[in-house]
Amino acid sequence: MTTLSRQHDAHLDTAHAHVACDHCRKPVPAGLVEPGAQAQFCCAGCRTAFGIINSCGLSDYYALLESSGDTAATVARAAAFAEFDDPTFSALYVRALPNNLAEIELVVANVHCGACLWLLERLPSVVPGVLSARLQIRSGLITVTFDPAATQLSRVAAAMAALGYPPHPAKDRSVRDQRAREDREQLIRIAIAGACSGNVMMLAFALYGGHFDGIEPAFFTAFRILSAVLGLICIFWPGWPFFHSAIASIRAKSPNIDVPICIALLAGAVAGLVNTILDRGELYFDSLTMLVLLLLFGRLVGRKQQRWATDAVELLYSITPFSAHRVADDGSVRDIPADALAVGDLIEVRSGESVPVDGTIEAGSTRLDLSILSGESRPVPAGLGEQALAGAVNLGQTIRVRAAATGRDTRAGRLMAMVGEAAARRAPIIRFTDSIASIFIIVVIALAALTFALWVGINPAAATDNAIAMLIVTCPCALGIAAPVALGLTIGRAARDGVLIKGADVLERLADPGTIVLDKTGTLTLGKPRIADVVGDRAALPYAAAVEAGVNHPLALAFAQHADPALACNDALLTLGKGASGSVNGSRVLAGSRAFLADHAVHIPDSLASAFSAFTNRGQTPVGIAIEGHLVAVAAVGDAIREDAPNAIDALRRSGWSVQILSGDDPTIVRRVGQTLGIPESQCIGGVSPEGKLAHIQALASKGSVVMVGDGVNDAAALAAAHVGVAVHGGAEASLAAADVFIAKPGLSPLVELVATGPRALRSVRTILAVSVVYNVIAGALCLLGTINPIVAAAIMPLNSLSVLTVAVRSRAWRGISCR
Amino acid sequence: MSVIAIVLPLAILLAMGFLYAFVRAVRSGQYDDLDSPALRAIQDDPVRHAGPRTARPIRHTPAPTQD
Repeated sequence: MTTLSRQHDAHLDTAHAHVACDHCRKPVPAGLVEPGAQAQFCCAGCRTAFGIINSCGLSDYYALLESSGDTAATVARAAAFAEFDDPTFSALYVRALPNNLAEIELVVANVHCGACLWLLERLPSVVPGVLSARLQIRSGLITVTFDPAATQLSRVAAAMAALGYPPHPAKDRSVRDQRAREDREQLIRIAIAGACSGNVMMLAFALYGGHFDGIEPAFFTAFRILSAVLGLICIFWPGWPFFHSAIASIRAKSPNIDVPICIALLAGAVAGLVNTILDRGELYFDSLTMLVLLLLFGRLVGRKQQRWATDAVELLYSITPFSAHRVADDGSVRDIPADALAVGDLIEVRSGESVPVDGTIEAGSTRLDLSILSGESRPVPAGLGEQALAGAVNLGQTIRVRAAATGRDTRAGRLMAMVGEAAARRAPIIRFTDSIASIFIIVVIALAALTFALWVGINPAAATDNAIAMLIVTCPCALGIAAPVALGLTIGRAARDGVLIKGADVLERLADPGTIVLDKTGTLTLGKPRIADVVGDRAALPYAAAVEAGVNHPLALAFAQHADPALACNDALLTLGKGASGSVNGSRVLAGSRAFLADHAVHIPDSLASAFSAFTNRGQTPVGIAIEGHLVAVAAVGDAIREDAPNAIDALRRSGWSVQILSGDDPTIVRRVGQTLGIPESQCIGGVSPEGKLAHIQALASKGSVVMVGDGVNDAAALAAAHVGVAVHGGAEASLAAADVFIAKPGLSPLVELVATGPRALRSVRTILAVSVVYNVIAGALCLLGTINPIVAAAIMPLNSLSVLTVAVRSRAWRGISCR
Repeated sequence: MSVIAIVLPLAILLAMGFLYAFVRAVRSGQYDDLDSPALRAIQDDPVRHAGPRTARPIRHTPAPTQD
């Protein structure tokens, strides 16, 4: 290449240096720049990746990339996986396999599509020593088999992070294994029930044919004996869970829907067995085996949907921070799993991390965000010798904490213990389907007795048969099949929208409106200091941001989002408790309280003077911004209310709920927030301790249905005590564990849809009930008339089940969050 | 009619055979995850350098069952 052309190339390169690849942010080579195109790429690979990422709905990836800084973030993450190599880590999460191999289950967030699966399962070709990686796309759970002698776990983790999927060890493996085993057992039961009912059906057809056209007595007997054997196997082997649940519910003196089902199964089985032995009368084994199959199938669908929601919540726990930096005696810092911390350890807590233990600060001073523990929205200063509590977030400089209590012994851990107690003492609400069950039992037995009494007079021989037919055909199988399917599908649809409901009973508990109690910090508000309002010239904000960026102060964080990279301040000076000053672009900028500005002889125009007191009255901190001695704007720094909160509260009220705010934050701030949202002062309760929240909810729960919505450790016990506890986006691990519902999306709109879903779900269960009652009335009448026979029963029962299943599948209790 | 005496046990035996196959499939974990395999099937095999096919590093090892 000649010097001239090289210069030419260099010239072209510099001319296009500002064109960055939309995928990797590296400069696009001159020849590949497409003028006028929406996106620019440096190579075909990046173009493909960009296409894949966008088509997966992962375009947020680019936003995150911009906020974190590409390569720097990767390096930082790689360094942070040192705890994966700690022996305590292996003991906790790694499982040894034969042949000196090991296996670990990791959770990765943000897997959405086949491309993620492809990428993650190529791990063996990325990290030598990894033998296989299997991802479950729905849960984000990846099982990695590796050779501990050939690679280190930290390298595996770092490689996954470099691919864009930072891993976390998955907790509670034994629970998941147990569930997987139960799921397999359930499938096997369905298979057995299917094989039995299919063959019984085949025999039943032969017998029905014989009923009309005559059949050789030998075959008649043989077919009946065979169908009795298969029928009994089906009823008492795959059908055993129904008997088990019925017996348990009778012991607990609250009969559930399985009791009438079992009466039908038992009556049919005994009568069938007796008739087989006596070689006369009717057999119902075809209907009964089909019933067991459909029941099992309905439960499986309901359970699967619910399982996805529960698993998703549990895997979310795993993503909460779990490592700590322990300072050894020689001063070296090592990362270890938080579970391995002991009392007396010295732990380093860096800026932005949460404190893993309760203890005293031995080095450094900072500000701690205690909002997750106490609901207090303003950061609290903490210095040498002062206490730091587990769960508090370090907003300032690095501190070192000497552990006084770890794990369950911390304040957060003790609050977690309260969760279990509160949940156990929760006022019971009888499930709708179960309350129907006891009515069903009485009606069915009464009808059977009536049939028997009626027929004893007419034809004593047919009395028993007709009474048994009544017991069988009026079995509430439709409710037993369709209700779990309807509720399960609703839960599944909600989970797809990011609302994870842990159980079907939650929907039933939401059926009637009552009181909805909202936490303030993090629930109604964003939980972080932000510029909530500005009076004056907004253009001054980047100047203030430049000055604030130079000082380390919690309020400075609020300005960060208004920063302009072109403006910088090198001589920022902090006057503690008052404000900051510095020069930006040659002009002198002051940002601080009114008194601070007055000290610097700033002219305060009347138009802005009132803003200071107005913001203070609203519970916000006013920050005046003065440029060259003139006040140009006043910004209100506070915990901003979520954008959708006013609409959500209106919607909740309209649907009949009374709304309360219950917060650990200062009562005046709570009242102001309530005022903004139109909640009467009497319903805004501030300054409440976690124990106080629990007591408040328990008092309310004794009067009526209560929904508690919160996000912090301080809410956890109250969440467990409420009829329905709802943890919101960004909540603490404790609140996840305690809540019945977890809303994985920011904002309160999902809550409105959740509250509306309960009554709709119950309505579809009632429709199902109505349809099945119609069938039962017809079948019951036929029994009373003595005209029912196994053929009619065989036709009516599956028809009944199918029609209610259709209702169940078509019911749209969850209508999605976006439709409002 | 005695053909039924042969066909009927045969039918039951056939059903038991399928049942056994299904139970084995469930026990080996094939039904644990119904979403990911569908995506795996449409992926191309990695392009291999010259060499025997037996050297493929990625192979499905079913979850070890201790039960």
